[in-house]
Amino acid sequence: MRFDDQESALLAGLAAQVIDFVAPEPHDPAQDPLFAIVGIDPSATLPDDPALARLFPDAFTDDDDAAAEFRRFTERDLRAGKAAHASTVIASLESRSDRLDAEQVAAWLGFLNDVRLTLGTRLGISEDTQAELAALAPDDERLGAYALYDWLTYLQDSLVTLLLPR
Amino acid sequence: MSLSPAEVESPALSETDDRPWITIVWNDPVNLMSYVTYVFMTYFHYDRAKAESLMLDVHEKGKAVVSNGGREEMERDVTAMHGYGLWATMQKDD
Repeated sequence: MRFDDQESALLAGLAAQVIDFVAPEPHDPAQDPLFAIVGIDPSATLPDDPALARLFPDAFTDDDDAAAEFRRFTERDLRAGKAAHASTVIASLESRSDRLDAEQVAAWLGFLNDVRLTLGTRLGISEDTQAELAALAPDDERLGAYALYDWLTYLQDSLVTLLLPR
Repeated sequence: MSLSPAEVESPALSETDDRPWITIVWNDPVNLMSYVTYVFMTYFHYDRAKAESLMLDVHEKGKAVVSNGGREEMERDVTAMHGYGLWATMQKDD
């Protein structure tokens, strides 16, 4: 992957935002003895933010207790995994290497997907978005965000296509 | 390969009944068809044809059962799918 300075700075900035965005809610260990001992979250509900809710969805549709239990045991690690992907992306951008090893490729794919899910949720991307986009006025302020989303989609698809040779 | 009969049994059976659990991946407008195929091949080690067939079910029917087995196994699979950014849930097989 080769990027010019501007693209590289943009991607690194997005990666830094992902790290902030997925950081767990701070806990006071004094208030949460269980968390202090084993890292199990005492409060575990679907995040209010729709983008976080998309990144960390409920694992059960028909059982709220099971969904909360699942979340207590998994969400912290999932958040850490997504932050680790973003950190790997920043490091690979800084190294300016145009070769990625398997672990870096996986991190890039995960990172690009997380950003697209977040941006896609914010933009309200749907199956009909292409048609809606075509109808936007040329000075619509959302066009920049849609262009970024499209570029990230292009990057992710290019990377996956390399891994899935026809 | 990951779903040998021996593995499909075990943890869930100590629960209230012996129906197996299933992992479902749901359609969403963001995830790329190519990426979903890649995830199914990479994580489940499904061949290209099976991974694409499941991906098309997700895309066209709205969801697909991507694995089945014991409860703990399905918890692992759902967690992994969330790690990849796919929208997955688990439930007892009807």
